[in-house]
Amino acid sequence: MSIPAPDTTKTLLEVRHLHKTYQLPGRKTLKAVDDISFSVRQGEVLGLVGESGCGKSTLGRCLLRLLPASSGSILFDGQDITRLSERKLRPLRQRLQMVFQDSSASLNPRRRIGDLLAEPLRVHADPINGKHTADMITARLTELLDLVGLPRSALERYPHEFSGGQKQRINIARALTLSPQLIVADEPVSALDVSVQAQIINLFADLQDQLGLTYVFISHDLSVVRQISTRVAVMYLGSIVEIGETDTVLHTPAHPYTSMLTQAIPHPTKGKTGLPAITGDIPSPVSRPSGCHFHPRCPYAQAICREKAPALENVKPSHMVSCHFPLVALQKIYV
Amino acid sequence: MLSAFLRRVGQTLIVLFGISVLVFLVFFATPGADPTARIAGRNASPQTMEKVRHEYGFDRPLPFQYATMMKKLFITRDLTSYANRGEQVVPEIIQAAPVTLSLVCGSAVIWLIVSVAMGTLAAAMKGSWVDRTLIMLGLVGISMPVFWLGQVANLISLSRYHDTWLFSWVPGPGYVPLTQNPLAWFKALVIPWCVLAVMFIGIYSRILRADLVALAQEDFMRTARAKGLSPARILVFHGLRTSAITYVSLFGLDFAQLLGGGALLTEVVFGLPGVGRLTYQALTNLDLPLIMATVMYSATFVVLANAVVDILYILLDPRVRDGR
Amino acid sequence: MAVNFPHSTSQPLLEVKDLCVSIPSYGRSVALIEHISFTLREREILGLVGESGSGKSVTATAIMGLLDTPGLKITGSVRFRGQELVGLSARKMRAIRGRDIAMIFQDPMTAFTPVYTVGWQIDEQIMAHERLSRKQARERTVQLLAEMGVPDPTRTANRYPHQLSGGLRQRAVIAMALSCNPTLLIADEPTTALDVTVQAQILELISTLRDTHGSSVLLITHDMGVVAETCDSVMVLYSGRIAETGLAEALFAHPRHPYTTALLNSIPPFYGERPHRLPAIAGTPPAPHERPAGCAFSPRCHDAQTICSTIPPLSPAGNGQQAACFFSTSGQQEH
Repeated sequence: MSIPAPDTTKTLLEVRHLHKTYQLPGRKTLKAVDDISFSVRQGEVLGLVGESGCGKSTLGRCLLRLLPASSGSILFDGQDITRLSERKLRPLRQRLQMVFQDSSASLNPRRRIGDLLAEPLRVHADPINGKHTADMITARLTELLDLVGLPRSALERYPHEFSGGQKQRINIARALTLSPQLIVADEPVSALDVSVQAQIINLFADLQDQLGLTYVFISHDLSVVRQISTRVAVMYLGSIVEIGETDTVLHTPAHPYTSMLTQAIPHPTKGKTGLPAITGDIPSPVSRPSGCHFHPRCPYAQAICREKAPALENVKPSHMVSCHFPLVALQKIYV
Repeated sequence: MLSAFLRRVGQTLIVLFGISVLVFLVFFATPGADPTARIAGRNASPQTMEKVRHEYGFDRPLPFQYATMMKKLFITRDLTSYANRGEQVVPEIIQAAPVTLSLVCGSAVIWLIVSVAMGTLAAAMKGSWVDRTLIMLGLVGISMPVFWLGQVANLISLSRYHDTWLFSWVPGPGYVPLTQNPLAWFKALVIPWCVLAVMFIGIYSRILRADLVALAQEDFMRTARAKGLSPARILVFHGLRTSAITYVSLFGLDFAQLLGGGALLTEVVFGLPGVGRLTYQALTNLDLPLIMATVMYSATFVVLANAVVDILYILLDPRVRDGR
Repeated sequence: MAVNFPHSTSQPLLEVKDLCVSIPSYGRSVALIEHISFTLREREILGLVGESGSGKSVTATAIMGLLDTPGLKITGSVRFRGQELVGLSARKMRAIRGRDIAMIFQDPMTAFTPVYTVGWQIDEQIMAHERLSRKQARERTVQLLAEMGVPDPTRTANRYPHQLSGGLRQRAVIAMALSCNPTLLIADEPTTALDVTVQAQILELISTLRDTHGSSVLLITHDMGVVAETCDSVMVLYSGRIAETGLAEALFAHPRHPYTTALLNSIPPFYGERPHRLPAIAGTPPAPHERPAGCAFSPRCHDAQTICSTIPPLSPAGNGQQAACFFSTSGQQEH
C-alpha cells in the first residue's frame, strides 16, 4: 500500500459552536460540552487535555456521533455530520474510528481475534471493489497484524490470552481495519504500565507516519499528550480554555489553569521542586461557577472574572486563550 | 424529601388504578362471556339475572361498569356474591385479613431472625463445615414443598405424637383471634408460622450469605480491617448493614405477596380462614365478585409494600436519598 | 546503607527482612514476592515503585497482616519497633493495625462504607483503639479533618462519602488513617485515582505529615514523578524482587539497574527535546507464575548475558545505591 503524503493544509475536521447538554432530574442541566469550536488539519494530532468532568470524553464521542450533539455542527471533510441520517452516515463511519481506554472491555471475550477484526470488513463493503471476499479479508488481517506489531498466530486466539498492551494493539488494529482517516483515541494508554505505555505511544506515532492518520488524542496525562500532539487544547468544565501549538501551550501557558496543570505534574527529572499551592477541588460540572468557570481557583481573578465569561481569543497567531488576564507578560520560559 | 414522598404516593395510586382497570377488563369485559350469568351463579332465575344486570350496569358502557364496580368495592362496600348465598364480599375479606396478617407477620419474624443468623454465621465461617452444613440445611428448606411439610407437621403433632408431652398442647386446625385469647392464638399459629418460614429461611440465608461473601471483597471492608476493628464488628456494622439494602428489598416483596394471599397453601393445610383460603374458595366456585375483590386486595398489598420498601430504601441507603 | 536521611533520625522503625509471600497455584507454589528486605527509619518517606505484578501492594498488605487468601504462605521477618509482626496473633495484630500502622488505599471513592457518615467512620476507628466517648472522638475527628485542609469540617463530618468530591474523600481517608497518631502510614497508590491538581494537594499533605504528625510513610506508586516529588528514598520492584534501592535524588539522577534506566527513559519527557519515538522496553512485565529463571528482567534487557540466567544478588552500586544486576553501572561513578 502506498500512501500519498497527507495534505497538511487541508482541514479534515471542523467543529463549530458544539454543545452537548444533559437534562438532569430536578430541572438541572449539565453542560458537558459548552460552545466548543476548533479545527483539525489533515495529518495533525490534536491533544485534548483536562481533568475529570471537563467534558473531553463527551466531546470525543460527539465528534464521531456516538453521542448526538445538542447543537452546533461538526464538519468532517467539509460535510456536516451532525444532521446526517444514520444511513448516510454509514460510509463516513469507515473513515472515523475510535480507540477506548479499557482495552479489555471493548473486546468480546468469546470471540477470536480474527473474527473481531474481520467483522467490520464483513459489514462494510470496500468503496472500490464492493463486497470483501474471504481472500481479501485474510490479506487485510495479516496486513493489520503486521502494522500493529502482533504475531499472525494472534488471529486464532481469544482476548484473555493477551496482555493489556497487546489488547490495546488489537483495539488499534480494529480501528484501522477500514482504513480510517481520523482516529479519536480516548485515554488509550492510561490503563497501561509505564513500560508498555511507551510502546503504544510509539505505535500511534508509527501508524501516523505510515498511514498519514489524523488523531484527536484525549488524555489527562500532559507528558503523553506532549509526546504525540502537534497542537493541544486544554478543557475545563466543558469549555476549551486554551489551544495552540503543543510546546507553546504547555511551556508558555497563557491561561492560569494550564499553568496550574503543568506545574502540578510531578516529574522524575524535576526532583523536589515543591508543587504549586493549589486550592480547591474541581467544581461539579452541574453547578459551574459564574463568569469565568475557573475564577474561584484562579490566583489572578478580578471582579470581572466573576461576572463575565471570557471569549476564546488569540494571544498570538495560532495560540488562543479564554482569559481576561492572559499570562503572556508573566511567562516563564523553560528550556 | 417531601416532594419525593408525594411523588411516590402518586405513582402508587396510578399503579393501583392501572391494576384495577386491568383486573376489571379481564373478568368483566372478556368477549364471549356474560358476566351477569357468572355473578348470578349457576341456575339463576331470570329475575336475579335482571337484578344483577341492572345493579352492575352491564347494560351500560364499560367505563360506567368499571365505576360501579369500584364504587361497590371501595365506597358502598356492598359487592355481593350470589354464587355464595348472597354474602357480601368486602366484609368477608375484612374478616379474613387478620388471620393472614397474623400468620404472615409471625412467620416473617421467624424467617427474618433465623435467616439473618444463619446467613451471617455461614458467611463468617466461610468454607468451614459450619458453613457447608448451613448451606445444606438451607437447600433442604427450599426443596420441601410447604403443603407437604404442613401435612407432615399436622400428622406428627396432631395424630402420631399428639399424645406425647411434646405435642399434647397443639390445638386442632383453626384460628383463634388474638383479641379473644392471646395464648390460644399463639398455640394455633406457632406450627404454621414455622412451616411457612422454612422455605424463606432457606432462600434468605443463602442470599444473605452470598451477599456478605461478595461484600468481603469490597474496598471498604478492607478499609474496615485496616482500621483494626474486630471481625464481628466488621461483619455486623459494615457487612450486614450494607447487605440490609438488598435484603429489605426482597423481603418487602415476599412479605407483601404472602399478605396478598400467597400463603394460600399454608392456610388451606392448617385450616386457617385467611385471604389465601378465601381466594382458593372463590376460584373453585368461580365467584367473580370475590375473585375481583381478593385480586384487588392482594394487588394493593404488593403495591403498598413496594412503596414501603422504597421508603425503607431511602432510610437505609443515603445514596438513594440524594437521588443518585 | 550508610546514608544520610535529611529528615529522619537513624532509628529504624520498620525492618523487613527476606519477606517472601507465595500462593499455591495448580499444585505448585508461586512466589508473589521474594526476599524483600528494607529498613524504614523514623520520619522517613520511602517510595515503593513498580509496574503491575511487581508485588508492591502485596508487600504492603503483608506488612499490615491483611493477606488472607487461603493457602498463602508468608516467610521472613517484619519487625516494627522491634516487635515481630509475621506470625503475630490476630488479636495483637488488630491492636497495632489502625493505631500504630495505618493504611490508605488507592480509590477514595470506595474506601468508605457508603451507608455511614464520614465522621462516624473516623469516630469508629478512634473508639476502637482508645477509651473515648463518641463526643470526644468526634471532637478529634473534626480537628483532624480541619488539619487535613477540609473546609467546614464539622459539616463535612456529617456528610456521607458519596456527597464528597474525590479530593475531599481522600483527605478524609487520610484523616481517618491518622486518627490514632500512627507512627507508620502505608499509602497504596493514594493519588492514582485523582486528578493532577488534586494529586498535587494530597502529595503536599503527605509530605508534611512527618512534621505535623511525626509519621513515617511507605508510599506505594507506579508513578516515578510522585516518588521524586515526595520520597527521601526509593525501592524499585520488578516482578516480585527488588531491582534497585537508593536515595530518591541519586537514584533518579543515576539509575544503576538497567530496568530503572529503561523505565525512566520510557516516560515521555515534559521538558526538553521530544524524541520522535520513545525508548520503550520491549515486552511486558512477567506474571508471577511465568517469571523467567534468573534475573526476571533479562528477557527484556539490552545488556543481558549468559550469567543473567542466575539470580543476581542485591549489591552496593555506589552512591549509597544498591542494584540487583551483574552489570550495574557502578563502575562509572559520576559526580
